[in-house]
Amino acid sequence: MMEESIVYSYRPLLAILCPATAAILILLSSKRPNVRESWTIIAGILQFALVASMIPTILNEGVIKCTFFPTMFEGIAFGFKVDAFGLIFALTASFLWILVSFYSIGYMRSLKEHAQTRYYFCFAIAIFGAIGVALSANLLSMFIFFEILTVSTYPLVIHDQSKEAISAGRKYFAYLLTAGVFLLFAIMMTYYLTGTTDFTNGGIKALAELGPAYKLTMVILFFCFLLGFMKAAWMPFHSWLPTAMIAPTPVSALLHAVAVVKAGVFGIVRIVCYIYGVDLMTSLGLGLALACIAGFTMIVANLFAIAQDNLKKRLAYSTINQLSYIILGAGLLTTEGIRGAMIHIPFHGFMKITLFLCAGAIMVATGKKNISEMGGVGKTMPVTMLAFTITAFGMCGIPPACGFISKWFLCQGALQAGEIVFLFVLLIASFLDVVYFFPIIHTAFFKKPEGVAEEVEVRVKEAPLFMLVPLSITAIFSVIFFLDFILGLNIISMYFYKLVEIAVGNVVP
Amino acid sequence: MLSPVEQFPVLVVAISLLSAFTILIVGGLNKKSCCFISIATILVQLVMSFYILDHVLTVGTIHYWLGGWAPPWGIEYVVDALNAYVLVILLFLSLISAIYSKRSIEHELPSHKIIPFYTLFQLLVAGMCGVTVTGDIFNMYVFIEIMSIAAYALIASNKIGLKAGFTYLVMGSIGACFFLLGIGFLYSVTGSLNMHDLSLLLPPLYGNRVVQAAFVFFLAGLGIKMAFFPLHTWQPDAYAYAPSAVSVIISAAMSTVSIYAFLRVLFSVYTTQFILIYAPLATAISWLAAIAIIFGAVYALAQYDLKRMLAYSSVMHVGYTMLAVGVCTSTTLGLTPAVMHLLNHALMKGCLFLIAGAYIYKKAELWDIREFRGLGRKMPYTSAAFIFTALAMCEIPPGAGFVSILYLLFAFLDAGQFIFAAVIFFSILLTVFYFFHVIEIMYGRVGVEEEKEPEIDEIPLSMLIPVLLLAALSWIVGAIWLMEIPFPILDAVNSMFGLGVVP
Repeated sequence: MMEESIVYSYRPLLAILCPATAAILILLSSKRPNVRESWTIIAGILQFALVASMIPTILNEGVIKCTFFPTMFEGIAFGFKVDAFGLIFALTASFLWILVSFYSIGYMRSLKEHAQTRYYFCFAIAIFGAIGVALSANLLSMFIFFEILTVSTYPLVIHDQSKEAISAGRKYFAYLLTAGVFLLFAIMMTYYLTGTTDFTNGGIKALAELGPAYKLTMVILFFCFLLGFMKAAWMPFHSWLPTAMIAPTPVSALLHAVAVVKAGVFGIVRIVCYIYGVDLMTSLGLGLALACIAGFTMIVANLFAIAQDNLKKRLAYSTINQLSYIILGAGLLTTEGIRGAMIHIPFHGFMKITLFLCAGAIMVATGKKNISEMGGVGKTMPVTMLAFTITAFGMCGIPPACGFISKWFLCQGALQAGEIVFLFVLLIASFLDVVYFFPIIHTAFFKKPEGVAEEVEVRVKEAPLFMLVPLSITAIFSVIFFLDFILGLNIISMYFYKLVEIAVGNVVP
Repeated sequence: MLSPVEQFPVLVVAISLLSAFTILIVGGLNKKSCCFISIATILVQLVMSFYILDHVLTVGTIHYWLGGWAPPWGIEYVVDALNAYVLVILLFLSLISAIYSKRSIEHELPSHKIIPFYTLFQLLVAGMCGVTVTGDIFNMYVFIEIMSIAAYALIASNKIGLKAGFTYLVMGSIGACFFLLGIGFLYSVTGSLNMHDLSLLLPPLYGNRVVQAAFVFFLAGLGIKMAFFPLHTWQPDAYAYAPSAVSVIISAAMSTVSIYAFLRVLFSVYTTQFILIYAPLATAISWLAAIAIIFGAVYALAQYDLKRMLAYSSVMHVGYTMLAVGVCTSTTLGLTPAVMHLLNHALMKGCLFLIAGAYIYKKAELWDIREFRGLGRKMPYTSAAFIFTALAMCEIPPGAGFVSILYLLFAFLDAGQFIFAAVIFFSILLTVFYFFHVIEIMYGRVGVEEEKEPEIDEIPLSMLIPVLLLAALSWIVGAIWLMEIPFPILDAVNSMFGLGVVP
């Protein structure tokens, strides 16, 4: 826990305002699709530039603060505070938004989807919420963006407006708004107990000093927080996520693999490291509880994933599993574990988004949604499937994709904590990852297309470039992250390693 | 010599009464002028009420002696921070509903009823203003009766509202009787009717059974007036079957005034001391309120009729306010959540009733939520306003409802009443479900794929602008409450009643 230099700047506010402004402009230019989409792209690039411009300050051990206005509650100011951990999430989300915006253009236009203005509008608002969560200075500000994220993604989930989509939307709302209620309660309770809700390196002091009489209260409070972060899709409160896969693929990709669910795990890590603090977590024994929940989720989600035939559903269960890696890392409460958890947030984001984008590309190019139908796809869509294969390897923790690194840290964290059980959990989960990813690759490359008796001339038929390029970029980045770990250049991996280093240094004494 | 502003309290009441009779006379010559006279009067009253509020906050409480008779013999009008605030709320919402009524009443009532309608409307406003500004408890009773009788007639002005109006008449009269009995009891032991005087005379008599009985009478009487569970039975019908503009004013303004009257009796006639001595009383109120919240929310969920749903939601929100009142002595926030919620609820519920009225305006049979399919596209602005206000009603930040919840919640935690916090949470969820149900039907396209895009068919501007204004306000006010802008009103209210300090 080093001394931090505080820099006051409006950059976080500007970064948040980018998507908000874009949302309004999108509504205004609903009649001209090209103008409408260019707003999204411009806002995305601007936002990423703004977020990236904060890197140097953070690397200098500083934090950027921007207090918007104080609230009537003493000690809670509505505002932003950018620290290393928040910046990691913000960088991931804002960078991927640019790519997914391009991809959306290809996807939505190829499928001639209806209500595109609403789609882009809600997308921009959702990003507004996600970045807001990343940059918030305290729980109350975070809660506000959290709810914005929930509400704005609902229209995206029911985009289809079929009966199925509507009932999926209902489920989505029922889970996430209930979670919001728990979160609000937990936040108020924290404020009541400590008089602050600011994220503090190493945990809020007042909470740690409450004494043994409050032990039970703090345990209950922690579980209220956990319920509040149902967005992290930990079991048994996960089922909204596979159901929400009915949304258009770019939505599943960015929101249900990066923005929404990552906001959930981000929140959990925030609670563990910045509200409770590692020491308090250890003394309450909550780390172990958290790790158990995560371990259970990892194994069970993977077993569920094996049973899915719909590609997006399988990826959804894979997401549930991978999110729990992050939760597990936080629950281990060791330097390496937290490092693994933090680094897995961007890495899983990049890899999972590639997988979803590939799934979408296959759907657009061939119309196939189920894995069993995908025989021979590897031959007709070589680039897509190559990207898929690389990142699927990464998911299983096999080099050359970056999943290996985060898993390495997590395993080390388990050893450091002296919990051999969790090491085995990690390894078994990774093995199960292999079990459900390899059949997809095998089907795609080595099986013949269904209903084709004799060998026909295989013609390459990829998805439009608008879709192909983004997914290639994300796949390439997943490899770059790995290479950069060896090379140590930092710049090409957006300083993720350095940022994580600083974040870990902040939270672990 | 009184400054002009110090004469405003009585003027606010007087010009409203005068305009009621003016409308009656002028309306005979020109029917169209009724509405404009009404709007102009309320506008003047609103401006005055702002002056009053400013004066109260900068200079101090206004005392006006009617006819120059010194209290406790004469009638005194006392305006402090609380009633200046309530006065602004009620006049603002009256203005909104008067503007809105122009088109909607022309549509809903036969033309020969227009003149009596606006006459009664003005009497209702006069009654509400009177209840708010008076410092004399018998005078308050008189104005409550003026207000209620005008409301009975207004509700019944519509054919379907007849039965509802009659039920309300019976219930309301019983309530008024209780109130009057309470006053009589107090008069018999103290010989005074002036509120301030009573609050000085009563403390030694708190042990007296007559004084205690009087309190229960007040609670029962005003409980009926403000539709506090279990005395709410008249309310859903009355709100649902009244003409739209009337629904707005009685749901938003009149219920606020009734709650205000209760607060006034509770804190200015009886005092905080009384509640502290008889703590079980506050507990009983809190528990009743908690039941009201759950009951209102569950019943709202079960309704198919939008206006009835909103009416039950009002039962719930009265519960919120009373719950805040119930715990006010044991938290440092004091009356803040209750006073805040008065404004928030008035804005949001006003807006929702405006919208419900807008749907009925477009299609007379449009009561049933299940028939709302496609409304989202047909009336995009109104429906968008509905969504925004509904979201503000649920706990989506930073809507006004969210802020209310936040403060309520903190008050409960502060008071150590975790069970009430749980009640609030449960009710939020139910709120989400019943509003969400409506939104889903409005925008869902299930089963109508074959239909072409419906044409946009919006309500006239004079109705749409109030709707949009209130919808925007329900968010802006929420954001303002959240900011650390000093609220002299809330502090003044708390210090006036000796609240906000936990011993």
